[in-house]
This record gives sequence, structure tokens and C-alpha cells, in this order.
Amino acid sequence: MSTTPTRTPTRTASAQPSRRGDAVFAGLARGAGLLIVLALAGVAIFLIVEGAPALGANEEQLYGKESLTLYVWPLLYGTLLAALLAILIAAPLAIGLALVISHYAPRRIARTLGYLVDLLAAVPSVVFGLWGIQVLAPTLFPAYQWLADHLGFLPFFEGPATTGRTIFTAAVVLAVMALPIITAICREVFLQTPRTHEEAALALGATRWEMVRMTVFPYARSGIISGIMLGLGRALGETMAVAMVLSVSGAVTVNLISSQNPSTIAANIALNFGNASGTKVNVLIFSGLVLFVVSFIVNFLGRWVAARGQVKG
Amino acid sequence: MTGTDTLTPTDTGRSSLPLRAPQLPSYAPALAAAICFGLSTLAGLLLGWGPIAIVLLGWVLLVLGLPAWSSAVEGSRKATDRLVTTVAWSVFALAMVPLVSLVYEVISRGHGVLSAQFFTYDMRGVLGEGGGIYHALMGTLIITAMAAIISVPIGVLAAVYLVEYGGKNRLARMITFLVDVMTGIPSIVAGLFAFALFTMIFGPGVRFGIGGAVALSVLMVPTVVRSTEEMLKLVPDELREASYALGVPKWRTIVKVVLPTALGGIATGVTLAIARVAGETAPLLIIVGSTTTLNLNPFDGRMATLPVFIYSSVTTGGKYNLEQLDRAWGAALVLVAIVMLLNLLARGIGALFAPKSGR
Repeated sequence: MSTTPTRTPTRTASAQPSRRGDAVFAGLARGAGLLIVLALAGVAIFLIVEGAPALGANEEQLYGKESLTLYVWPLLYGTLLAALLAILIAAPLAIGLALVISHYAPRRIARTLGYLVDLLAAVPSVVFGLWGIQVLAPTLFPAYQWLADHLGFLPFFEGPATTGRTIFTAAVVLAVMALPIITAICREVFLQTPRTHEEAALALGATRWEMVRMTVFPYARSGIISGIMLGLGRALGETMAVAMVLSVSGAVTVNLISSQNPSTIAANIALNFGNASGTKVNVLIFSGLVLFVVSFIVNFLGRWVAARGQVKG
Repeated sequence: MTGTDTLTPTDTGRSSLPLRAPQLPSYAPALAAAICFGLSTLAGLLLGWGPIAIVLLGWVLLVLGLPAWSSAVEGSRKATDRLVTTVAWSVFALAMVPLVSLVYEVISRGHGVLSAQFFTYDMRGVLGEGGGIYHALMGTLIITAMAAIISVPIGVLAAVYLVEYGGKNRLARMITFLVDVMTGIPSIVAGLFAFALFTMIFGPGVRFGIGGAVALSVLMVPTVVRSTEEMLKLVPDELREASYALGVPKWRTIVKVVLPTALGGIATGVTLAIARVAGETAPLLIIVGSTTTLNLNPFDGRMATLPVFIYSSVTTGGKYNLEQLDRAWGAALVLVAIVMLLNLLARGIGALFAPKSGR
């Protein structure tokens, strides 16, 4: 090293330390990437390790249920019911909203509208929960009474409507929370429709709706589906809003407007974790593992559909 | 043109169809809306209905009336178009209802409790009136700041790896995929992860602030990686090549050229990520717990945070329920204000630096 400077002084002077700098920096960057991989693996591993003792839990530790399956199933049912209901409400609204922002509103207004929807996404979930229990539940209560009186023959509206804190209210809150996510993704894919396709449709005399139906929707189909899946993922994992809004009893029922509601996994953890000790903690962590797997699958499917759509694009 | 014009009276064929079809005037939707809602208000006032019923009736009239009018004048295709347009805008209005209601309720119910005492007192020994959120405010600031300190370097470096080093190799693809998956991780699972991790290290029943910061980092890193990655991809290759051509090594190119160019966008993404985790409740409830006194040391003992404070104020119940609810709304107002300010800040940074784009 000491001999080289005489021949090419400038090159070595800058190249030697820089190569070390490069190596260090590349190592740091790669390390950060690996850390992310490790973190996700860690989430799975730690949940499995801490959740495993739940398999040997006795009846008392399972909050009075005979087996772990019997304990987790009603929670899983409640989680899926609330999330699916939320998506049923949110998806059509989100698609319409995205369409307004991307194709119907004048450009300057559209920006503002986009901001407003993003603001909705920024509201913390606990505030949604507070709003849900204090404002939404009392507002919807008369509607539940009406439904129980007039449509009580349907199993969904069997009632009795004694409280506004039903699974339907929880689903509405979840829908409001999932709405911005689905809208954001739909808006992006709607805007990616090739301008030439749209103009071709309009030039052939299509009305605006026909243009949207013939060019925008076919092009955006996979994007819409993946957006809905991601919204579903958010609704599945949402904790606080459900924990605060829902009045739970652990019943497995399709009755949407009674006070006997199945809890959701996430809300159940939040409600019971503070008082849990010993194996009960493991039981709760095990249910968290189930939630993790379910939302992992939903998100995976969402990304997969999106990726497939992109390749086809 | 004039030739065809003179022909048209006799020509009933296709040539006259498109341009000659009658159209509703441009103010037709507004006129129809005014008439429909006017009628429904009149009916509502006469029959003594509530505002919701009036709006609903007006909407039904509009959805039926405007397409019917259009169908009579313009034909069924235009009528469908007008129907869809009406429905789309009503969907938009419907979606704005929760946002408006939420902001209104938070402000109207929350502003009453705000005072100097509210911001400077903690809740030690307070049962009824009085007390404040100083301890929760500090807890939120400390834990969020620590989460940012953990996740911003990791996130930015990982994004640098993805864009500058990884290319399309297997590790990069895997990281991209896992980051996507991590975006959808339920927040309570992140809390359970931190709890399980620190239980293994420190034994059962562990509660401290840094654990919350770790849990929030799990939620924050993917957002930071995503936004940074997008921004780094926007940096033109010419800048990198110019730097290489001057003999600047790759890492200095990244640090001195690429990152500063993308700084605005990265700052926006980081601010949005902070805003997102500042309102997270579930992980903090699990690993940080809650307390009524001020605790400024994130490495020792429970800390209060604003979201958990709101949650426990609502759920505790008991004799002082109303006072607790007042404080919960006040804290919610403060929390929403913090999050909104962070969002506005992010927009500001973004508007200053971001490349111009359409919508």
C-alpha cells in the first residue's frame, strides 16, 4: 500500500477508503433489510413460542371453555363477521368515492377531496371508538328498534334491540376506518387507466358512465379486489374501535342488532389482557397468532391479486 | 355542414342522431336537486318529519326524478349516466358524514375541558373533576419519538438497499414482499410480539415504554420503507451517473446526492408514519400499560399515553363517569389535533419538495 501512492496517488487515495466506506454502507443497508425480515420472522416465532403453552391450558385458564378450539372459534367468527360486514358497507362506498375523485370531480376539487379522505385515514382508531360508542351507537339505536319491530322475522334483525352497541355498529365503525384504504387504492388504479382507452370510448359516443364501465373498471378490476382485501385486512385487525363499541357475550349468532354479540379476537385480547396472568396470557397470545395467520393470508391474497393484475396490465 | 343542414328535415336516418339529440341544460342537476329537496322539505315540514327523513326523501326523489327527466328528453343511455353520476356524488356525501360528524363531536365535546391545568397536571389521586393529561401527553411524545428513532434509520436504510443495492435479487424481492405483508399486520399483534419478546428477556408481567416503541416500530417501518423507496426511485439516474463520473464513491453518492434529492418526500413519508403510530392504542395497552402519574423514563415501569388514556377513561366507568368522559373527549381533541398537525406538516413538506403531478 505504501508503494502505490508514487504511481497513482490520487486514485488510491480516494479509492481505498471509499471502497471500505462502500462496504460499510452496503452492509448497513443490507443489515437493515435483513432486520426487517428477522422482525417479521420474529413476530411469528415469538407468537408461536408464547402461544404454544395454550395448547395445554385447562378449562379455568380458557375462561370456562372446554377446549382451545371452542374458545377461539366464536372469536374468529366474530372477527370475520364484523370485518365482512364492514367490507360489504365500505367497498361500494369506496369505489364510488374513488370514482368521484378520479373521474367525476373537477381536478382542483378532486385534490381537496383526496385530502379529506386521507384525513379520515389519519384519525386514530381510539377516537373512532369513542365516536362509535358515544355518538354512533345512540344514533343507530332507534333504527335497530325499528328493524327489530318490522323486520324481526329475518334472523339478522331478530333483536331484541336493547342497545346501540351491536355488531352492526361495530361494523359501521370498521367500515368508516377501512373506507380510506380501499378508496386510496381504487383511486390510484382508476387514475392509471390509459388515457387513450378513455378517449377512444368517449370518441365513439359513450356517455361518461359507459366510458367508466368499458375502460376503467375492466382495467382496474384486480386493483379493486386487492384494495378490498387490504381493507378487509385492516378491519380484521382493528382492535380499539371494536373493543370500545361492542357489547360482547361470546355468542355465535347471525343476529346483528342484539346485545348478545360475538367478540373479535383483537378486541378480546385488548379487553382481557390487563387482567390475564399465567397460561391465560398464553391463550390470548395464541388467539393473536390465529389473527396474525388470518390477516396474513388476507393480505397475501390481496398483494397476490394486485401483482397478478400488474403483470397482465 | 350547411348542405347536410338543409337535408336533415327530410333525413330521419342515423346521420342526424348524435349532434341533434336534445340535451338537458347544464344546470339541470342543480335545478332537479333544488326542486327535489325543496319538495321533501315542504313535505317534511307539513308532516313533521325529522331532518334525516327529509334528506332521505329528497334523495330518493332526486335519484328517481333526474333520470326520469333525462330519459324523457335525452334517452335511456344518458339517463343511466345521470343516475350513476347522482349515485356517485351521493356516495361521496355519505362518506363525508362520519368525517364531519367526528370532527364536529370531537371539537364540540372536547373543547370545554381544555385549560392550562388540563395540559400541565397528571391524574395522580384525581377521582372526579380536575386532573389533566400531562403524563399521557409526555408518554405519547416520548414513545412516539423513540419509535421514530428506531424505525427511521432502519426504514430508510432498507429502502436504500432495495433501490440502490438490491436490484431484483432474492433478498430484495423477499424484503419487498415482507414489507407489504407487514403493512397489514394487526396493531395488536405487534403489541403481542413486543410483549412476547420482552417477556422472554425480562420475565413475565413486563411493562415499559420502550416496549411500546418497539411495537410501534413494527408498524412504522413498512410505511417508512414504502414511501422512501418510492421517493428514491424518483431520483433521476443522471444525477447518480454524474456523481459517479466525478469519481465519487457509491455510498457518498447516496448520502450526498440521492438522499438529499429525495429528502422532501422522505420527510413527508416519515411524518405520515409518525402521525399514524401516534394514535395507535392496542400495542401500547398491552406492553406499556397505563398509569395515573408522570413517568418520563421509558425503560422503567408503566407509562400513560393519550390513546390508552382515552380508552381507559371510557371503559373504567363508575361514579365519576361523566368527568372521565369529558377528559376522554378533551384528550381525543388533543390527539386528533396532534395527528392532523403532523399530517398538515407532511403535506407542507410534500408540497415544498415533491415533483409536480396531476391529481
